[in-house]
Amino acid sequence: MSGPDVMYPEEQQAMSLVCARLTRDANAKAVLLIGRDGQAIADAGDVDELDVTSLSSLTAGNVAATGGISKILREKDFFSQFHEGEKTHIHITLVGGRAILVVLFDERSSLGLVRLRVKKSSDEMVRLFDSVAKKAAAKSEPSILTEITDSDIDNLFND
Amino acid sequence: MSFINYSSREINCKLVYYGPGLCGKTTNLHYIYAKTSPDAKGKMISLATETERTLFFDFLPLSLGEIRGFKTRFHLYTVPGQVFYDASRKLILKGVDGVVFVADSQIERMEANIESLDNLRLNLTDQGYDLNKLPYVVQYNKRDLPNAAPMDQLREVLNPTKAQEFEACATSGAGVFDTLKAVAKSVLTELRRGQ
Repeated sequence: MSGPDVMYPEEQQAMSLVCARLTRDANAKAVLLIGRDGQAIADAGDVDELDVTSLSSLTAGNVAATGGISKILREKDFFSQFHEGEKTHIHITLVGGRAILVVLFDERSSLGLVRLRVKKSSDEMVRLFDSVAKKAAAKSEPSILTEITDSDIDNLFND
Repeated sequence: MSFINYSSREINCKLVYYGPGLCGKTTNLHYIYAKTSPDAKGKMISLATETERTLFFDFLPLSLGEIRGFKTRFHLYTVPGQVFYDASRKLILKGVDGVVFVADSQIERMEANIESLDNLRLNLTDQGYDLNKLPYVVQYNKRDLPNAAPMDQLREVLNPTKAQEFEACATSGAGVFDTLKAVAKSVLTELRRGQ
């Protein structure tokens, strides 16, 4: 088993800021950044009414299924998807093969504007993921895992 | 793959329930969902056919408490058991941290169990995993049925590596939480060991 994916406070804060700016610049309702395995990383905009955990898992499943289709077609990953709803539309993009960027928008925005703004934000996020990967590889930040003891794990499962 | 967020102080892990069609994978998740307090669980999602057979996956997010100030969150997934959904099963194994193999104890389902276990090994290999090195628990479900095969026979065929194993009846809940706790504990232990 390879090591876990990690996220550090500095990059987390920066990613949240990128999400917030994208929400504003694209006139979006909300923006979510999701790990490829379906874990929510950052979000911005009108997310209070959203079930972010479920949305993240389903989006990752959707991207995985689309990736499966691309393999059958001998196509490289489909980098973006667009789902058109009656009121809300979803734009989904892969971020450097590491994460999924989801933009929810309505009639106040347009697919063209969202696509344009996503490109810039996506590039910034790739740089932030690179920074996280470098820190993780250098083990420059202390790992919580080295502090966990057997009794910590046992205590979690005591009834 | 597990995900540790030092900002929100969370450890996220992915568990997959695997097994032949109608062995009780979804029933395990339903029981866990029903018996978990509302603050420790998210919404359970089932992507199922009209006849309630799993089409893509079931999903249940669970919080199991805190370790050293970090919340431990487990994302439970099931795979579709029917043979022809193999492409979907492969996708769901991506990023897995721990596996539960749910065997159907009925003697008539022995062949289906063997086929599903072989399929699990193969699909894990395709994703770069080795079942012998992954946190792994075997659950013998439907022990309450009169046509259940003897445990010795099931063990010999379905658990040659002597992984942790539990007898269960997912409809009544017997063995369901024992299985979950065992695999979750094994995942955290492996995560720590991997450091």
